[in-house]
Amino acid sequence: MRLAALLLVLVAALFAASLLSGPLPVSAWQALAALAGDDGTPLSVVMREIRLPRALLAVMIGASLGLSGAAMQGYLRNPLAEPGLIGVSGAAALGAVLALQTGLAAAFALALPLSALGMAVLAVLLILMLAGPRGASITLILAGIAISALAGALTSLVLNLSPNPFAAADIVFWMMGSLADRSFTHIWLALPFMLVGWALLAGLGRSLDALTLGEDAAQAMGVRLPRLRLALILGTAASVGAATAVAGAIGFVGLVVPHLLRPFVGGRPSALLWASALGGAAMVLAADIAVREVFPTRDLKLGVLMALVGAPLFLHLIYKTRKELP
Amino acid sequence: MARPTGRSMLVSVPISRTLATFAVALITATAALADAPARVVSVNLCTDQLALMLAAPGQLVSVSRLAHDPGSSVMVEAAKALPTNGSRAEEVYLLQPDLVLAGTFTDPATVQMLRKLGIKVALFAPATALSDVPDRLAQMGAALGRQQAATRLTADFDAALAGLDDAQTARPRAAIYYANGYSSGGRTLAGDILRAAGFDNVADDAGLDHGGTLPLEQLVLLAPDLIVTGRDYPGQARAEDVLAHPALRALPDTAMAGQLTDQDWICGTPAVLDAVREMRALRLRLEHAG
Repeated sequence: MRLAALLLVLVAALFAASLLSGPLPVSAWQALAALAGDDGTPLSVVMREIRLPRALLAVMIGASLGLSGAAMQGYLRNPLAEPGLIGVSGAAALGAVLALQTGLAAAFALALPLSALGMAVLAVLLILMLAGPRGASITLILAGIAISALAGALTSLVLNLSPNPFAAADIVFWMMGSLADRSFTHIWLALPFMLVGWALLAGLGRSLDALTLGEDAAQAMGVRLPRLRLALILGTAASVGAATAVAGAIGFVGLVVPHLLRPFVGGRPSALLWASALGGAAMVLAADIAVREVFPTRDLKLGVLMALVGAPLFLHLIYKTRKELP
Repeated sequence: MARPTGRSMLVSVPISRTLATFAVALITATAALADAPARVVSVNLCTDQLALMLAAPGQLVSVSRLAHDPGSSVMVEAAKALPTNGSRAEEVYLLQPDLVLAGTFTDPATVQMLRKLGIKVALFAPATALSDVPDRLAQMGAALGRQQAATRLTADFDAALAGLDDAQTARPRAAIYYANGYSSGGRTLAGDILRAAGFDNVADDAGLDHGGTLPLEQLVLLAPDLIVTGRDYPGQARAEDVLAHPALRALPDTAMAGQLTDQDWICGTPAVLDAVREMRALRLRLEHAG
């Protein structure tokens, strides 16, 4: 419980800091007053229509990615499983790009998250099929590389073929992710899918705990594995799909956060789920503050920061798990 | 790029061919001195339009691909009569031009290659102000040997521009906002069109005289009276999402004028007068409404 309180305080503090960071220096008091009262002044428009949705999206996306990472790692019993690394985020980005470029998203707004979700389901299915129930590291990583590469290549192809002169430059956004200039429109698009995803994944705690004893023991304890697998696939695809549809593919959150928090929850997958959701929210909030404060004019992508933090950890984890490889 | 590229190219071209090219170049150069160029190829959207306005019948033999795009060119009808080129040295050379018209931002490799092949290339700088239009007309007139036509068009342009000045009481503040949050300041052609139409430009307040990225937050805090957004290109791009951001519509005293910066705004040709007229009409409508 102390961990939960600490993480909540951290998320709240970073949320406030996110609301106060931007290209223009505004005093905290002024900014919060403008946020509280809609008085039609330009500052209140900035706070309510630009900074508030950005901070809320950072929380929602961070929670989705952290939770999905923890759930996948619990199910596969492998600390290397992460939606970005195994190609789920990349596939979701492809789905989103297809919905946008075919004009489907313009005709029917929900087509954007739905298409991202659909491609994410495909990617998770492929991964589980290729990696098998135990998710051996080598097959998991290889399958992830292949799916990521394919999804990335198809995304680039679709954007290069677009008649829009700016579409090709969007490749960076879809591969690296950014929250710049997102609005409440994006929150309402993503939130319903995320809520479904979170509910599905949060309900997996006890089954994942049982699974640490092995599949036979878990089944003896009443865990129905096919149902667990279905909830994991749909939950991950819904949360990662919705997050990617509005902010692009942000990698490594689901890898770094569960890894950092695992020692504090005694390695219990059920506790790691909610802890990673809060930790993911804190991490994306912090990264989004950093891209605005460190390089305010460069529109740095979130994925760049996350990879700088996450890739060394990934290498470390591969080194550690090398012993299990043949 | 340690090795000079010129040397490697000479090696790849047979010597007899090089000699022939020099001979052609020499003849072309002599001919150009005596006469106006007979075969002119344009590889840039803006030189396309200037040349279409000024060239003698049959003098211009090809225009760039964009000249046929109604979203970019104001002279699509005239350009349709001519074949397009993809602005690459190879196909331009095969058209055997006496003169190639290019922009100063045309790929330098293309320009260098054409010059090396002995073709005269005239470079035109993009216009950054309305006052550049007479200069470009004069430059094109001289390049094509059509000075008289250029003088006529310049006189028309100056007279029409002077006619657009009206006694204003106040200058409303406007912003030009494109994809990726790019804004044009006073020292750009679009900014000068805005000024001539009677607006102050908030991009100048933000220090973006030459244009640059204006963060959405800053634009909202500047709260201009009018936001003019760039044209909506076909297909989708996240770069354009910022133009549809709800914050732009949440400002109570700001009017949005969508998609006004179109083909009239791109090149320094007399067509910019249409852009000034359109913006001026918009300003008068705003004054009446306010």
